[in-house]
Amino acid sequence: MEYQVQENCLTIFLPREVDHHSAEELRKNADALIERNHIKYVIFDFEGTEFMDSSGIGAIMGRYRLVRLIGGEVWAVHTKERIRKILTMSGVTKIMQIYEEEKS
Amino acid sequence: MRNTNEMELIFDSRSANERFARVAVAAFMTQLNPTVEEVSDVKTAVSEAVTNAIIHGYEQEVHKVSMHCRIDGDLLFVTIKDTGKGIADVAQAMMPMYTSKPEADRSGMGFSFMEAFMDKVMVESAPGQGTSVFMEKRIGKGRSLWTTQSL
Repeated sequence: MEYQVQENCLTIFLPREVDHHSAEELRKNADALIERNHIKYVIFDFEGTEFMDSSGIGAIMGRYRLVRLIGGEVWAVHTKERIRKILTMSGVTKIMQIYEEEKS
Repeated sequence: MRNTNEMELIFDSRSANERFARVAVAAFMTQLNPTVEEVSDVKTAVSEAVTNAIIHGYEQEVHKVSMHCRIDGDLLFVTIKDTGKGIADVAQAMMPMYTSKPEADRSGMGFSFMEAFMDKVMVESAPGQGTSVFMEKRIGKGRSLWTTQSL
């Protein structure tokens, strides 16, 4: 998993499969970065992700709880249809914006 | 003769085995000629049940989780079983957004996902007795309609 910090924005490049196993690592690393860099915006990049279960939803909700305290936001980018289905079904889209690229 | 097949796996309750269980069930169900979406549905449901066994059943201790899969015609049956601490109130545990471990970043959506992606989900559990999750899904719904469609 790779992380990129730009000012107060953290981008998390998610792995191929986001489950309980990979979410644990994400949580540890992301929370350390959020605290150290006063992160306000967290972007979950699903470019390389093909599988996600409810552990991924829990990881998104947990990071939202952190940045919400300082008025931050969480975003999802590069979502495939399956990932959008999981995000929508879980209701996490109520707290997270899904960024859709404009189709040319 | 009916098309039947069966397999059983027993593995340690380590989080790395969540992926192993998903891959195994996906490989086993290919003989039903499923769609990509059906495979994803079953993988998600299995992932949820196995994760529950590891986190809640055994509370991260290493014991055995078993996964039993059976094919009968176009039906796929999957049972995930642990012998961990069990669930006192199954109805409450299955409620969307309910979690006994909110501090551990759990979304409380595990059973909801299983129910959404499988046709039937049944849970048998008692405190101290472990938990069994029985799931069933018909594979290839509507595909025959597609293949017989005339131009």
